Amino acid sequence: MKVAVIVFPGSNCDRDLAVAFEQAGMDVTMVWHKDTELPQGLDIVGVPGGFSFGDYLRCGAIAANSPICKSLIAHTERGGFALGVCNGFQILTETGILPGALRRNAGLKYICRTVGLRVENAETAFTSQYEVGQVIDVPIAHHDGNYFVTDEKLAQLQGEGRIAFTYDDNPNGSVADIAGVISKNRRVLGMMPHPERAADEGHGGTDGVAMFRSLVDQLASA
Amino acid sequence: MKARVYVMLKNGVLDPQGEAVRHALGSLGFDSVEGVRQGKVIELDLAEGTTEDTVTDMCEKLLANTVIESYRVELM
Repeated sequence: MKVAVIVFPGSNCDRDLAVAFEQAGMDVTMVWHKDTELPQGLDIVGVPGGFSFGDYLRCGAIAANSPICKSLIAHTERGGFALGVCNGFQILTETGILPGALRRNAGLKYICRTVGLRVENAETAFTSQYEVGQVIDVPIAHHDGNYFVTDEKLAQLQGEGRIAFTYDDNPNGSVADIAGVISKNRRVLGMMPHPERAADEGHGGTDGVAMFRSLVDQLASA
Repeated sequence: MKARVYVMLKNGVLDPQGEAVRHALGSLGFDSVEGVRQGKVIELDLAEGTTEDTVTDMCEKLLANTVIESYRVELM
């Protein structure tokens, strides 16, 4: 099972994400943002957290226009899987792969702590090893995680079961407590919390492990 | 030539920074401030003959996120 993790200048969760995929049994290649092609035969692309391009202009805006992102967009249009975490989620919204946008946290503060995440949809390749309504503990670390969509789009996302996770206690002002959304074909997940930081006993929690195992199981049986 | 691009959060999109500035002005005694919206100004140095359409294209593709932001272009 092949994964590519994209590295932008300013990415700082790329290696953590790679380790989480590796520990689930995947074969990981790191891809530089200036590359124009993703490796052949990929199963999934990881878009990591960090501060790509120093968060200049808007978080993720410059990364979304880097050469590798054309290839990422083509990969998702072909029905490929992708996981964007934190800055990776911001990049996925900036490319238009996922709907909405991430604004400055309502309380204006950078928040770094473990939060409770409620699983809203367990029928995706990312969440099949969780149960609907289950609350898992996953760290957040962001300044701009306040998810916004229009009321109309929100109704659509809710109707289509595209909200993967919500915050148990909304830390950042996100519309409808949304912490993670999924694409219409259920193959692209973007989320502000960091499952790769809850993937080892040493992290103080392992609730993120099931996401990576779930992906391996789903992709193996696909 | 130059262009100036004004990027603002759309009406209806909460602007927590603007709200913080409003509170700060209120606590300085400026009681007449009823609302504050904070945006960005981006100045572009452009080759002569660059059209407004080109600058608009720049706004759509990069300078503004039209999901949450509106923009206005001023050629100078």
